[in-house]
Parts: sequence; C-alpha cells; structure tokens
Amino acid sequence: MELVVFYTLAAVAVSGALLMVTRKNPLAGALALVVSMAALAALFAMLHAEFVFLLQVLLYAGAIMVLIIFTIMLLNLSPQELKERPVGKLKGLVIVAATIVGFLGFIRVLFELPEGVPFVSPTFGNIEEVGALMLTSYLFPFEVISVLLLVAIVGVVILAKKVI
Amino acid sequence: MEQYIWIIPFAPLFGAVVNGLLAVSNAGKGRVVSERLVSFIGCAAPFVSFVTAVGVFFHLRGLPEAERVVSQSIFPWLVSGDLQVDFALMIDTLSMVMVLVVTGVGTVIHFYSIGYMAKDDGYARYFAYLNLFMFAMLVLVTAKSIPVLFVGWEGVGLCSYLLIGFWYKDIKNAAAGKKAFIVNRVGDFAFLIGIFIVFVATLKIGSPTLDFVELRRLVSEHPEAFAGTATAAALLFFIGATGKSAQLPLYVWLPDAMAGPTPVSALIHAATMVTAGVYMVARLSYLYLESPAAMAVVATVGTVTAIFAATIGICQRDIKKVLAYSTVSQLGYMFAAVGVGAFAAGIFHLMTHAFFKACLFLGAGSVIHAMSGEQDMLEMGALAKAMKRTAPTFVIAALTIAGVPPLAAFFSKDEILWSVYNAGVGPSWLPGLLWVILLAGAGITAFYMFRAVYLTFFGKRRYTDEAAHHLHESPAVMTVPLMILAAGSVLAGIVGIPAVLGGSNWFHRYLQPAIGPTVHAGEAGSHAVEAVHGAGHGSTGLELALMVLSVAVGVAGILLARHLYLKNPAVPGRIAERFEGLYRLVYNKYFVDEAYEASVVRPGYRLSNTVLFRVIDVAIIDGIVNGVGVFARLVGSAVRLVQTGVVRTYALIFLLGIIYLIYRLAG
Amino acid sequence: MVTIHHYMVLSAVLFFIGVFGVLFRRNLIVIFMSIELMLNAVNLSFVTFARYTQSMDGHVVAFFVMALAAAEAAIGLAILVMIFRNRSTVQADDLSLMRD
Repeated sequence: MELVVFYTLAAVAVSGALLMVTRKNPLAGALALVVSMAALAALFAMLHAEFVFLLQVLLYAGAIMVLIIFTIMLLNLSPQELKERPVGKLKGLVIVAATIVGFLGFIRVLFELPEGVPFVSPTFGNIEEVGALMLTSYLFPFEVISVLLLVAIVGVVILAKKVI
Repeated sequence: MEQYIWIIPFAPLFGAVVNGLLAVSNAGKGRVVSERLVSFIGCAAPFVSFVTAVGVFFHLRGLPEAERVVSQSIFPWLVSGDLQVDFALMIDTLSMVMVLVVTGVGTVIHFYSIGYMAKDDGYARYFAYLNLFMFAMLVLVTAKSIPVLFVGWEGVGLCSYLLIGFWYKDIKNAAAGKKAFIVNRVGDFAFLIGIFIVFVATLKIGSPTLDFVELRRLVSEHPEAFAGTATAAALLFFIGATGKSAQLPLYVWLPDAMAGPTPVSALIHAATMVTAGVYMVARLSYLYLESPAAMAVVATVGTVTAIFAATIGICQRDIKKVLAYSTVSQLGYMFAAVGVGAFAAGIFHLMTHAFFKACLFLGAGSVIHAMSGEQDMLEMGALAKAMKRTAPTFVIAALTIAGVPPLAAFFSKDEILWSVYNAGVGPSWLPGLLWVILLAGAGITAFYMFRAVYLTFFGKRRYTDEAAHHLHESPAVMTVPLMILAAGSVLAGIVGIPAVLGGSNWFHRYLQPAIGPTVHAGEAGSHAVEAVHGAGHGSTGLELALMVLSVAVGVAGILLARHLYLKNPAVPGRIAERFEGLYRLVYNKYFVDEAYEASVVRPGYRLSNTVLFRVIDVAIIDGIVNGVGVFARLVGSAVRLVQTGVVRTYALIFLLGIIYLIYRLAG
Repeated sequence: MVTIHHYMVLSAVLFFIGVFGVLFRRNLIVIFMSIELMLNAVNLSFVTFARYTQSMDGHVVAFFVMALAAAEAAIGLAILVMIFRNRSTVQADDLSLMRD
C-alpha cells in the first residue's frame, strides 16, 4: 500500500519537474513546479516530517513560487523574447554524459546504505521536537538565519530601487 | 721578520687605494686634488716597501746559505678537492733580487713622476695606477705558488693597459693599451694551460700542488713523471713569457706602448713588468732543466728576437721607439741566457738593464719635456749644452748598454755571451751560432744607441727657435733620479765580477740556492746547472779573449755611429736612398704589424661580425629571449579562451568538477 | 516496503533534472526554477536520512535550507528584474560583456 502511494507521488513529482524544464513558457513551467512541490510535500508527510511538510507548503509552494510567478508576470515576456538558441551538439553530449556518469556514481554509493526501516516514535518530526533541537544544538545557525533574512530584505529593497 | 713580508706588496696597494679614492671622489667635481698629498702617498708607499725589502735582505744574510727563505701565508685562497693554494708570499734569494730591483728602481721612478706629471689632470689617477702596478709586480715576484704568480702576472697586464692608455682622450693611446692587453691575453691563455698540465702531473704522482717549493722537490725526486709534461709546460709558459716580455712573436705591443707617459715606459716596459717572463723561467728553472728541447727553443727565440729588434732600432726616428726596440732586444739576451741554463746571468742582466734602461727612458722623458713634447730625434740635436745634467747621465747609460767596461752591463752581457758560447743545449752547432748572432747584436746595439745619442745631444741643432724658447733643463726632482740610476748603471756590475777578472762572482753564488733542483740536491744541483751552461768554464784565456772581442765590437759600433751621425751627417741619408727597399722594410718594422692586421685582426673582425654577431647574438640569443616573450603571448592567447564570460559554460565546468569529487569521495 | 533507496533514487532523479534545466535552458527564470528544484531534491534527501537514522537533525537542516532558499529567491529575482531593466533580455548567453 505504502509503495503504491510512494510511486504515485514520485511519478507526479518527476513529471512536474520534467515539464518544468521543457516548457518554453516560464509560467507553465512555474505551475508545473508547484505541482511537483506539492507532491514532494506529500512525500515529506510520508516520511513523518510534519513540520517540514508544513513549511514546504507554506514557504516553498506558497511564498517562493508565488514570488516567481509574480516576477514572470511582471516581466511579461513576449513569445519573441522567449525564443532560445539551442545548445550546441557537442556541449549537449558532454552534459548528458556527465549527468549519466554522475547518476551512476550516485547509485553506486547508494548500495552502501543499509536496508531496513527503523521504527520511529509518534512524536518524531513534530514541531515541538524540531523547535527544541533548533533552540539548543542549532541555536547559532538559527540566529544567523535571522540576520541573513534581514540582509536579504535590505538587499532586495536597494536592488529594486530605480535610483539608489 | 717573516710577519712583515706582506708589507712589501701591500703598502703600494694601500697607496693605490687612497690615491684612487682621491682621484675618483674629485673626478666629476672639478676640484683639483692636492698634488702634494698625492705625491706624498704615492712615493711613500713604494719607499716603505723598499725599506722593508732591505730589512728582509739583511735578515736573509744572517741565515745560512741553504736556508735563505722566508715565507708568509696571508690567507687560504683556493680550496677545491685535491688542490689547496694559499695566498702566500715567499722571499728567497731570487725573489730578493727582484724585490730590491722593483722597489728600488720603482721608488726612484715614482719621484721622477712628480716632476714629469706635474699639472696633469689625472695626477692622482696616475699615482694610483702606478702604485697598483707596484702591488701586482711585487705579488708576482714574491708569489709562493704558480696561481699567485699568475695573479700578479695578470695584474701587471691590467696596470699596463691602464697606464698605456692613460691619456685616453686620444683614441690612439687607448688603442695601444688595448693592443697590449689583448696580445698579452694570447700569451696568458698558453700560460694557464701550462698551469693545468703541471697540476695534472703532480696529481698523477699523488701529491697535487702548485707551490714552488713543493714543485721543486717533486721534480727533483720524480724526474720521470715530468718527462713529457716538462717540455709541454715549459713551452706553454714560455709562450706566456713571449707575450709579457715582448719576444717574437708577441712583441708587437711594446713599441705601441710608448704612447703612455715616459715614466711608465721606464718602469713597466723596461725595468720590471717585461722582465716577469725572465723571472718566471728562472723561478721554474728545475722544470726547464728537465726539458733540453724547451730550453733550446727559449734560447733560440731569445737570440733571434735580440737581433731582429736591434736591426729595427737603427732606423727609428722616435727616441722612445728606439728605446722600446732596445728593450725587446735586451730581453732577448736575457732569454738567451736562461735558455742555455745560465739563470743567474739572465737575472744579473735583468738587474743591470733595469738601471741603465730606466735611466735612458727617464733621460728621454727629460728631453721630451724640454722639447715641449717633441719625440722625433731628427728635430733635435745639440741639446747637450742646454741639458747639463740629463746629457751626461744619458751618455753614461748608453755606454753601459754598449758594454763598455767597467760599467755594469759589460759584466752582465759578457757573462751571457760566455755562457752561450759554452752551452750544452740543442744540436752541437747551436751554441756557436747563437753566440755569433748575439755578438753581432751587441755591435748593433752600441750602434743604434749612440746614433740616438749623437742625433739628440750633439751635432748641429735642428730644432726651431720656438722650441729654443721653451728649452730648459728639468727640475731636480727629475734629474736626481737620473743621477741615481746612472750611478747604479756604473756600480751594479760589482756584484757580478767573474772569477776570471779577479772577482768572486758573488751574484752567481747568491742566487745558487734558488736555482735548479732542490737545495738538498746541493752539489748535484749546481753540477746539473753547470752541465748545461758549460762544463767547467772552458779555459781562462779563451774567456778573456772573447771578452776583449765583445768590447771591440761595442766600440766599433760606437765609432761607426760617430762617423755617420756626428762627423758626416749627410751620409745616412744617402745610404737610405741607395738601399731604399731595404731601408723601407726596416723602417716599417718589417711590416709585422701589417701582417698581423691582415692575418689575424681582420679575419677575427669578420668572424665576429658575420658569425658571432649576426648569427649567434642576434638570431640565436635574441631569438631565445624574444621567443620567451612570444611563447608567453601564445600561452596567454590559448588560456584566454577559458574565460568565455558565458555563465552557463562555467556551470557546466562546475558540474564536471562535482562529479569528479563524488567519485573521489566515494572511493 | 519503502526503503531508503527509493527515496534516494527519487532525490537523485529530481536533482539531475534540475541540472539539466540549468545547463540546457537559456531563460534565466527557468534556470532559477531549476535551482529551486535542485534544492528541493536535496531537502528530500535530508529528510529521508533523518527518518532512516531516527535523528531530527535532517529536519532542522531542511528548515534552514528553505529559509535560505527564500532569501536567495528574493535577491535572485530582484537581480533578474534589474537585468531585464538594463538589458531588455533574460537570455543567459546575452549577458556576457567579454569581447569574442
């Protein structure tokens, strides 16, 4: 049962990703990506990662993708501007070969991983536990992230102004 | 006493440095250096050496004959593998004679220079160079090993170049200096190879050394090991000597060297530097004694040079050129002496020659000074009246060189002639032939010398009225040295009066320990020397007869000159016209310089220009250097292509790198 | 039973699809979205490991990655807009100032 769900979600995620990289119209690509992210969110839920599942839906699909879609609509590119020169044959070959090689290498590493599905407690992955961890072992990165977000905000405001 | 030997060469070096600094520091500023200060330092330095040398002389007198050596090592110089050469000085009886001659005559000439070079722009520079020369020459004669001698050898060559081209603003003087240096270099090259050969021979025996004392011992104890080496090395060293001491074929620089100031000609090209070759042969007497073939060559070359140069001297017009060729000729006599094994005789003549030749040159300098720079004897005449102190000293020195007894050169020249007559070198007909040539040369010597005397000081006056205005005897600082040297010419012979005339030939005995195989060989050694230059001394009667003959020849030369140049001054001109071809040949020095120019200089120049310059310098070396630049540019333009500016290409490279990393990490 | 291998392979596939997107497409927006896809794949990988090693660290890291992605998205898009304003193009290859 679980397997079926997994494969379905996986298929959705992969097809969304494939659609995204092949569409000429970026808006179509963005929407496909959203679908893919939704599938991923579901996968997170399957992995008992409740907090991450929430964040994926809220942050990624809800905020980041919305931002991207806003930008696409803002730019309002005409079909003329969307035309792309194709990649050279040699380059394409190199890329494909490299990715296949990388993928195979990755797979080889996978074999080292142990089999088996360990047991997880019911409270695994809930907000309370994640919060506790963040405010103890990961306190410093947590604070730094806040600063980072601040810097990002300031940076964006400056960048977007017409006159600095 | 031994700790003070270093003062002898280093006092002049100190003088050279101080005067040199004075010259350099005032050069560009237009300030005139105090001549008094420079003179004081410049003359005090060699005088200090002279005093020290006298001290060493008396010290040596106090030692037993066989042990008359003092040495001092200044610092370890060459240490390389098997070879250890210290910068060490040694004074044995041979060096003692040389040191006394160099410092004594040298100091006198330094004082003379105060007058001759007065008011010259380069006064301080002159004394610096002159002192530097004294340093180099003294290193040469007090060297304890061949490399140190070679240092001095090269040093005097350098100073000769500097002093010949002293008035360098006239390009001819600079060219003369260059010629001297380059011709010397040819000889020095042979000298170096000789050093190498000798070293290899000592290496084969097992005690590698270039020290004179050690070498002497080795040659005496292992004569068979030096069999072939001795001939080769002796000849190579002799080639070096032909360069330094102006023998055939490398004498050509000496007449040109007259472009330098006259005191320089007196000191370097008469009394000291040119005698270095003779000293070297005497110093390496044991090596030469192992090679009768080399000795025959030395004697023959010396003799031929002697007569060759003498013949050139009879036609020269420049008074200094006459003296230059005379020097070449007299050096030939010295080499003839050492070539037949009469080392002491050669050194004896070296000593007397230093006195009378320096006196002649300084006298010529006095004349040139009085004539405001005129050097052509045909423009002089009847100067004896005006130059009451120069003329007598010049005549005394001229009588000496003519071999008139009891003046010094009579004894030294006669000993040479006698040694050559009795010599045991080469084929049996050689000594006789050499003797005849040398005797003839003695006559020619007397002839050309008195030709110069009569043309310059006697006869009718040929100089202009303008010259007559400036005519004056030289100041005391110049005439006193003349008198000192003239006195030396007269008296120096006393130390070498041969037994046949009642003397004890003290000079010969004094030099005995330093000549020939090791001192320990003692009696055997002196016999070896005697065997070469005359078993026993022939008969006393024969010796006396030959002595009278040589005096007669000299007097004949003087009388012939008197006949031609004093009594009948028109005759020489007529003779020259009748034998015009021969006269032109001799007057132009047998066109030797022109021959060298055509056979050596011009091909060398062409070779340099076409091959060395165009091919090697421009094409190859410049090509390589430029090639580096071109190569850098090529590499740059190739590497430039990596930076495309297209971000996605960079991203691709990223990917490739990451994949590589994955593989490395995964193992 | 779904093992770790399933999730890891999925993660790898998604990641390399993102790589394709970055390298093959010239439209800057699409490149940007492909990067986001790659980040997502990595997040999946972290969470998977957290699950199968029973430690929560993966979740925390995923959280940080997401926060970072948000910041990066904001700035990246701002830059993109500026580029469009100045150059009137969003083709990556047209953005080289280097002479050929």
